[in-house]
Amino acid sequence: VCVRVCVRVCVCACVCVCACVCVCVCVCVCVCSSVPQPKDDFQEELVIRPLHSGDIYASFQFRTLWETDFMRGNKVSHYRLFPKSLGQVISKFSVRELHISFTQGYWRTMQWGQPFLPSPPGAELWVWFQDSVTDVDGTWKELTNVLSGIFCASLNFIDSTNTVQPSASFKPLGIGNVTDHRFLRYATLPREIVCTENLTPWKKLLPCGSKAGLAVLLKSEKLFHSSFHSQAVHIRPVCQDWQCKTTSWELRQTLNVVFDLHTPGQGKLEWSLFKMFSRTLTEACPLASSSKIYIDITDDPQGEQFEVSPATHLLSQAMVLGDRRTFSVYDLTQQITFGTVRSLNLLIRWKSRDMLRPLLHAERYVAGYGLQTGEIHTLMYNNHPYRSFPVLLLDSVPWYLRLYIHTLTVTSKGKDNKPSYIHYQPSKDRVRPHLLEMLVQLPPNSVTEVTVQFERALLKWTEYTPDPNHGFYVGSSVISSLVPSIVAMDTNSTREQPLFSSFFPCKEESSYFMRVYTEPLLVNLPTPDFSMPYNVICLTCTVVAVGYGSLYNLLTRSFQIEEPSPGLAKRIANIIRKMRGVPPL
Amino acid sequence: MKILTLLSLLATHLSASSVNIEENAGQFFSSGHTNNWAVLVCTSRFWFNYRHVANTLSVYRSVKRLGIPDSHIVLMLADDMACNHRNPKPATVFSHKNMELNVYGDDVEVDYRGYEVTVENFLRVLTGRLPPSTPRSKRLLSDDRSNILIYLTGHGGNGFLKFQDSEEISNVELADAFEQMWQKRRYNELLFIIDTCQGASMYERFYSPNLMALASSQVGEDSLSHQPDLAIGVHLMDRYTFYLLEFLEDIHPSSKANMNDLFKVCPKSQCVSTPGHRTDLFLRDPGSALITDFFGSVRKVEITMETINLTEPIQQVEQNFVNEERQKETYSYVDQLPVSEIIHQKPKQKDWHPPDGFILGLWTLILLVFFKTYGMKHLKHIF
Repeated sequence: VCVRVCVRVCVCACVCVCACVCVCVCVCVCVCSSVPQPKDDFQEELVIRPLHSGDIYASFQFRTLWETDFMRGNKVSHYRLFPKSLGQVISKFSVRELHISFTQGYWRTMQWGQPFLPSPPGAELWVWFQDSVTDVDGTWKELTNVLSGIFCASLNFIDSTNTVQPSASFKPLGIGNVTDHRFLRYATLPREIVCTENLTPWKKLLPCGSKAGLAVLLKSEKLFHSSFHSQAVHIRPVCQDWQCKTTSWELRQTLNVVFDLHTPGQGKLEWSLFKMFSRTLTEACPLASSSKIYIDITDDPQGEQFEVSPATHLLSQAMVLGDRRTFSVYDLTQQITFGTVRSLNLLIRWKSRDMLRPLLHAERYVAGYGLQTGEIHTLMYNNHPYRSFPVLLLDSVPWYLRLYIHTLTVTSKGKDNKPSYIHYQPSKDRVRPHLLEMLVQLPPNSVTEVTVQFERALLKWTEYTPDPNHGFYVGSSVISSLVPSIVAMDTNSTREQPLFSSFFPCKEESSYFMRVYTEPLLVNLPTPDFSMPYNVICLTCTVVAVGYGSLYNLLTRSFQIEEPSPGLAKRIANIIRKMRGVPPL
Repeated sequence: MKILTLLSLLATHLSASSVNIEENAGQFFSSGHTNNWAVLVCTSRFWFNYRHVANTLSVYRSVKRLGIPDSHIVLMLADDMACNHRNPKPATVFSHKNMELNVYGDDVEVDYRGYEVTVENFLRVLTGRLPPSTPRSKRLLSDDRSNILIYLTGHGGNGFLKFQDSEEISNVELADAFEQMWQKRRYNELLFIIDTCQGASMYERFYSPNLMALASSQVGEDSLSHQPDLAIGVHLMDRYTFYLLEFLEDIHPSSKANMNDLFKVCPKSQCVSTPGHRTDLFLRDPGSALITDFFGSVRKVEITMETINLTEPIQQVEQNFVNEERQKETYSYVDQLPVSEIIHQKPKQKDWHPPDGFILGLWTLILLVFFKTYGMKHLKHIF
């Protein structure tokens, strides 16, 4: 082990002269080679999936696996590929799992199919703490403040008014034997804007930064000129091997982006890496053990409708989202991939695509009129022809929309559909939002509608945002479900699988776990006229000045007789008369 | 005779150049600061105030270019223009017509954004009185050897600056904040630049030492914007900051330009308003203060030839990863949607609350009726 480590590091130094990271690694590892260092491993991949409407979906995943133990108070001080800022956050706040995502845009399931990793618009943060934490709320508040500094986002607006503690959704995605929901916290900020200032610190967490490997494609001017952009960080403990007696920490950084066909101005169904990202690839990240690009060619393996150049004969099949898909693979660690020009610019051309009809799909909207009452409608579509499956709906509504739970109705195909589990926690003004969780069985080929009426509250005038006429956001509903899969899923979690198919753990073969987010709602609250305090002060002061002032003057003013000042001639005459000693005129 | 004059000329030239070198060396150690900080604030919200964000980002760009790192810059932008849905070119903020200069760039870190830019947060950043869990990037961790640059832009009036269309900061509050900073020794020298209408009114009330202030217009004058861009549809920058950016683009880290050159930026012919400045509280002569004293982070480097022996590397303590206290339990992944478990989930134990008023009243009524019926002599059996 020692020798192998040293040799590999030396090669590393030759390849990347300019990257400071590599140099530091060389020095440290060579010196203490007798003690086994916890091994860490970095993999990167990019999946490109052309969509039915002509848009193209690119999903980056960067995974760092580190065989160390943050739990049980172990002090970790030597960081190599795992970013130190996140490692310190995990150990200081006793975090078991952390999932944070920043999304701009809304994922259109009916046009684009299912994403590999779903995320709601705005910012979403959910954290599982370890059992050793005594004050979960205090730790949560500190954690959100620290994360707002790391990701340059206003996550410090997460407080008790938008945090909920789900009782059945958001089970841990990592390993764990105990799931006490007291240690779970979930919050969303639907108003959060995502821009380059969030991408910059995100890129700095990668081992190669944005200088080598797939991350060179991440240029903000192209990424934000898209229909959908989502970047996320997921930290969780995973099994090290098939026996699962020891754990290792997994950090996944994912970036999903959907480019619009019509934005660059050209209407042809032709995409290339340069057209999407304004960059081409020249090398893999030297610190990565695997660096691959997958292109989804399932609908046309013969290459008639579909053309990918430069051609590759590497094919791979993977079970993802309940379906067996075929992918062309480009391995960036092989020098041959880059060809003679030493750069890789993939060109993808296709004529038409089959529409992927998603099995589960959801919508949400506000009905009603006026600024007093309204109704929230959530529609869930089950498009499977003969199978029904359960879904868990999580709704978190802010306190200023007062829900009337006695008006809650769940109907499928016109008939009442009683949920088998309901958990409702009412809101408390200015302290807690509403939390509604329901387990509903969706009948096959149907639409299930959940409606609840609400009333809008009047806020205190200091609680309004500087732009209150924009409206107030209600976070997306989360629908978690076990959807029946078309092919048998692979439950063996330790086989070498591409990253995009191994995120959600798979326990049974006939169905797979999926999460769907609805649209966030924008409601107008009755807004006061903010110029009124100024108007009132002016009016009152005028009335007081004119009314009381006049009265006061009339009562207290005394009149004195005063001689008018004489003209110039008279004044000179008076002076002469004074000099003569004669009384003046 | 000619040789003598030549020799004398040569001698005077040599002495002049040696004096020059001495002057340079003297200037090397003249300013008393060891680190630089910058607080750049844009206080306006909404798309039509694009130019204020562009102003702040231009100063940010110059300050970063001249050496101040992101960790020493507190950037506050009240609204997001770059990724605004009205921006025809997302992730860009331009300062020149025809989209020549993208001041947003690819490597920007905004510390306070959106609704966080309030008067309270601004004053807390200046005085350092922030809640304990505030991250380092949001703090102004300056000491008594720091030179701080403060740049404010937005809409203002005579004696106030408007924050986000909902609140104002007055010149008295600002002067008091600077006095707090002085008393807590949070700055060595402070340069205050403001680009708003009637900006000179904001520095009228300063009374702490070592402050220098610049404003884009006098009391009673409006600061005007520079040029609109027809593709973006709004004015891109204000005049004063536009010419300030042009001036700063010529400054490089080893430049010797001083504050007197900064006072000459944007005369009335270019700016339409009259820029003002105030130096009576500044203890040094403004001509001896370099631009890079505030806008850059010029490090004073000393080269040494002596060798230092590195100590032995720390030997890591042997950790047995395999045995010892490691539990032999097998871990497994959790079922994501355990339907049967959820349906049979017991309701959560509610936290105990003291009995409500109604329950207390009911019990009082019951006890009253009891004692009325059975008499008070049973009371001692209860208590």
